[in-house]
Amino acid sequence: MSTLDIGLATNTGGSLRARTTGAFRTRRDARRYWMLLILFIGVGLLATLGLILYKNPVPVDSPSFIPVVKRRLTAVVAMFIAALCHSFSTVAFQSVTSNRIITPSLLGYESLYSFIQTSVLFFFGAATLVKFTGTGAFFLQVALMIALSLILFGWLLSGKYGNLHLMLLIGIIIGAGLNAVSGLMRRVLSPSEFDLLQARLIGSVNNADADYFPIVIPLVLVTVLCLYQLSRKLNVLSLGKDVSTAFGVNYQANIILVLVLIAVLMSVSTTLVGPMTFFGFLVALLSYQAAPTYDHRYVLPMAFAIGFCILTSAYMLLYHVFRAQTVVSVIIELFGGIAFLIVILRKRSL
Amino acid sequence: MHALNEAEMRSQPPFSEPSANRKKIFTLPFVLAIFAVMALGVISLFTGVYDIWGQADGRDMFFITRVPRTIALMLTGAAMAMTGLIMHLVTQNKMVEPTTIGTTEWAGLGLLAVYLLVPGPSLVLRMTGAIVFSFVGTMIFFLFLRRVRLRSSLIVPIMGLMLGAVISALSTFVTLYFNMSQVIENWFIGSFAPVQIGRYEYLWIIVIVTVILFLYANRLTIAGLGEEVAATLGVNYNRLIVLANALIAVCVGIVAAVIGNIPFLGLIVPNIISMVRGDDLRSNLPWVCLMGMGTITLCDIIARVVIMPFEVPVSLILGTVGAVVFILILLRQRRSRRLR
Repeated sequence: MSTLDIGLATNTGGSLRARTTGAFRTRRDARRYWMLLILFIGVGLLATLGLILYKNPVPVDSPSFIPVVKRRLTAVVAMFIAALCHSFSTVAFQSVTSNRIITPSLLGYESLYSFIQTSVLFFFGAATLVKFTGTGAFFLQVALMIALSLILFGWLLSGKYGNLHLMLLIGIIIGAGLNAVSGLMRRVLSPSEFDLLQARLIGSVNNADADYFPIVIPLVLVTVLCLYQLSRKLNVLSLGKDVSTAFGVNYQANIILVLVLIAVLMSVSTTLVGPMTFFGFLVALLSYQAAPTYDHRYVLPMAFAIGFCILTSAYMLLYHVFRAQTVVSVIIELFGGIAFLIVILRKRSL
Repeated sequence: MHALNEAEMRSQPPFSEPSANRKKIFTLPFVLAIFAVMALGVISLFTGVYDIWGQADGRDMFFITRVPRTIALMLTGAAMAMTGLIMHLVTQNKMVEPTTIGTTEWAGLGLLAVYLLVPGPSLVLRMTGAIVFSFVGTMIFFLFLRRVRLRSSLIVPIMGLMLGAVISALSTFVTLYFNMSQVIENWFIGSFAPVQIGRYEYLWIIVIVTVILFLYANRLTIAGLGEEVAATLGVNYNRLIVLANALIAVCVGIVAAVIGNIPFLGLIVPNIISMVRGDDLRSNLPWVCLMGMGTITLCDIIARVVIMPFEVPVSLILGTVGAVVFILILLRQRRSRRLR
């Protein structure tokens, strides 16, 4: 695989010195990349420190410091996981679909998630929904989501008629159908039950339960490492089916592998912190700007750094400066949505 | 995908009287279909919990709720199916309809804006808001479609659905901020339950839209062939696009304000009709209207019967059935390799 490093420099046809096979076009680009990466990680860490320490009523040396910090730490870990899941899955997804304006959250994970939550409340009542948080429930939901995506990929991507866009569209339509069903169930709810449900359905790191971490963190880390290992293949896959085949990469098998990894990340994140549709899109968009390369070995870390930086600083600012606790994720979504609109209106081809 | 029946065009000498071999509208199947829809209408009139035969005021009840409900069903069905047809024509893409390009979400945002600006708005105000916003939204999408080069016709609904998701994220933000989300959610599920005398009459505007559409059918078909072809044939492309857009916005806006969200009807009805009959707008239009009426009436009867003393919103039935039919249509086209 090592020969597949496709440097941009070969296309520019500049001076001989610029003709490198590295990931960046010029030294300046490389320097800019590393500086931005350090900057984002730095801001992210600062915001993390701020989240943990700012307005903490207990001094650091007090014995009750650890329990107090624990709750804040849970939120920070949840942000870490969410950033990891969304950044890696969105960038990888956009590469395998060769389309930089779609996100994996389109595939109906969120609809399935809200369908499961709503039907638990609808069929078993509010008491069960409050209890529906254990490790078993968590894994049940993750397993259901992965199963759905496996069925979808296996059915529509393999074989003679395999077509990525068709798979996407059908995924979206299944999502719409599920939304119709959960919409009906929600209509019959009393307002208090509705409020309970809505708190679950809006993404928030405060939904995260620390009990899951021992299982979730290794799972996410292993998946992310697998994706990172596939970076060079992703570089090729993003060039489309014909080029990939010409380079000797088994297009269909690799795409399904990548999509399964994406499904794991998306379902874990959706179950842990709730749906976030445009966060991943925003992160991927910014990371392409910040990392002027097509090499996923560099784009993926940058995407993660940006995602973590956005999440922590947004929570930091909105919690402690603007005092708007409930709407953080909605605001991130709003920014992502607006960014999407701007990008789509400036696009020339799809 | 071509909206004009090419064989028919070639067979005609230029500048001849076109009526000679134009497809007839009132054929035997069409008359039978009319009777079928009328039968559905009658069933709809006599479906309900209230005993209109036994009770003393049964007759009044019949005219206060049952008749308006059935009329509203017919008008809405025709309107939504027609919007789908216009969109298919103008964009030359059979996956485009108000639900798949975000027009419905824009209408919802418009309603929300009116609720925020005017406390307790009248129906006319709500309708205006919905119409204006759906016009703007559809226009944005059409402009976007004209500017980009597309690699696949399937990408259009994907983009449109994403656009719709953005708009509904915006609506979510607004509703959360002003704490009115259950109000909007209840509105957004389209249902004919609240229809009665005095609350549905604006739907009659749809009849005017249908007439305009019928008059402009041929020109819209030409516009669907693209800007250059339209200009060659002496049709003002931009004006027609704005007109088509206005017709769509009026239909979607009125239905959104009076009934709510009616998903997928504009997609499945014209697609099924064009599978059976081919693409000729003039002779398909009555079929599309009729089948739109029939489908939504059938769905509404099911919605009223399925949990009998209560009823489910018709948009749930349509959303579920529509999603399944949409997927079947996609798979069928995949087989015949019409999708690229």
